[in-house]
Amino acid sequence: MTSRHILLLGPLLLLLGAAYLVPFLGVMQWSVTLPEPGLGQYRTALTDPLVLGVIWRTLRICALVTVLSVAAAYVMTLVWVRGGPVARLVVELCILIPFWISVLTRAFGWLALLSNKGLVNGWLQTLGIISEPLTLVRNEFGVVLGMVHFLVPFAVFPLASSMRAVDERVLMAARGMGASRARIFWQIFVPMTKSGILGAVLLVFVFALGFFVTPAILGGGRSVMVAELIYLRIFQSPDWGLGAAISVILMIAVGALLALMLRQTKGAAR
Amino acid sequence: MIQLRPGPIPLILAALIAVFLLMPLIAVIPVSFTPNRYLSVPDAEWSLRHYRSLLDKPVWAEGIWLSIRIGLVASVVATALATAFALGIWMLQPRFAGLLMGLALLPMVAPPVVSALTLYFFLITLSKVNGVIAYDTWAGVALAHAVMIAPFAVVLISVALSQLDRRIDLAARSMGAGVMTRVFGVILPNIRFTLLTALFLTFVLSWEEIGVTLFITSVNAVTLPRLMWMGLRDNIDPAIAAISVVLIAIVVAVILGKTLWQLRKAK
Repeated sequence: MTSRHILLLGPLLLLLGAAYLVPFLGVMQWSVTLPEPGLGQYRTALTDPLVLGVIWRTLRICALVTVLSVAAAYVMTLVWVRGGPVARLVVELCILIPFWISVLTRAFGWLALLSNKGLVNGWLQTLGIISEPLTLVRNEFGVVLGMVHFLVPFAVFPLASSMRAVDERVLMAARGMGASRARIFWQIFVPMTKSGILGAVLLVFVFALGFFVTPAILGGGRSVMVAELIYLRIFQSPDWGLGAAISVILMIAVGALLALMLRQTKGAAR
Repeated sequence: MIQLRPGPIPLILAALIAVFLLMPLIAVIPVSFTPNRYLSVPDAEWSLRHYRSLLDKPVWAEGIWLSIRIGLVASVVATALATAFALGIWMLQPRFAGLLMGLALLPMVAPPVVSALTLYFFLITLSKVNGVIAYDTWAGVALAHAVMIAPFAVVLISVALSQLDRRIDLAARSMGAGVMTRVFGVILPNIRFTLLTALFLTFVLSWEEIGVTLFITSVNAVTLPRLMWMGLRDNIDPAIAAISVVLIAIVVAVILGKTLWQLRKAK
């Protein structure tokens, strides 16, 4: 350790150590000390039907959101990477504009569209299709739509790098041998971009697991997910031990998925 | 050279997804002109009252000013510390570089709610010893934001450094340049665009941060996103639609401007 090490690396590590690492270890400690020492809170977290219900709902919503987001992002990326100049530009704008707009504004946009007095219900009522407004938000449907909307742009980036790496000559060879467009896509192009799909799936799933803002606004307290449950346990009913235990479980799940992602990208680089 | 363009099916699907991505952003516009006090679509009469309330009610100007102040302080602190850290890793190649990097990126990869909890208890602890950098103060929020956004600057700057030719630095060193000259005269000028990008990105991230801010503020340090959150949770205030239109217009203008500029440059 020279003085240069301390001067350059020190400030950031000191800040993150004091403001992040130490308090995080403190939170971990509560999970085994509050209200009494032991693993009781973990037992509660993994057996209590309420907590289990929330974990199950989170996994279900995250799985659905991941499939929908990656599928939508795949189509967008395909056009972005391989489309003509105009299509390319339009898709790029459609990805970049939502990407730079905050999660709150985007969630609010869905409220404006889907709430009882929102645009969709207004149109349907004017057209006489429905007489009473449909409940489109403050439920799981709204949460899924909002989360997919947020996550599509993030899934585009890993997909784009794997699609750019596809060797055009392989596709032309298949075409030369008479393969149909559909066959080239499903049997050659998709398998060749497998690493990008896996990367996008892991990235979106990790993001979705810790989601707080979108479910809180569009779920309206009715479809609580893990992040909101932690918030409720810590701030509404002072049950710090259980909140901390669920946080640690969430952190372990995210860590495992990230390790998988890292291994996968290293494998792809080889 | 791409020879096989996407067929009609992917193009139609992409158009539908594009509508899905833009629809909620467009939907905000009519709602912002409603004459009513609740979230609704105007029928006959369009009104500017919610735009006027953005100007008349001082809370909005205060929230915007607070967010700008916090964003400037947090992005400068985060970018400065991240630059030093990334330089340290690149120049000194310390042992356990991977471990140090992992620690530096921790706030970025951890679920936001876990970070929020962690920073909440950090600021509560600080509140016991001082009143400046504490829970529900602007300096406390700026510090928490700096922690959250620094990893993004570390990533950007590390990537830029990894693409920098080490021989430039070696040449400067062999001609007798000291550390200060190497850093400020050679390395940093070579990555100046990345430094500006890092400043800009970290400012935007702080400007729109809500996941952590929600936990570490209550009534004093009400940033713009925090203010919007309060209007979204209970009775939805159409003023949120007006401010959303303004924010969306800024983003669209910047992105369109940048795209047009790139297109002209490409010609």
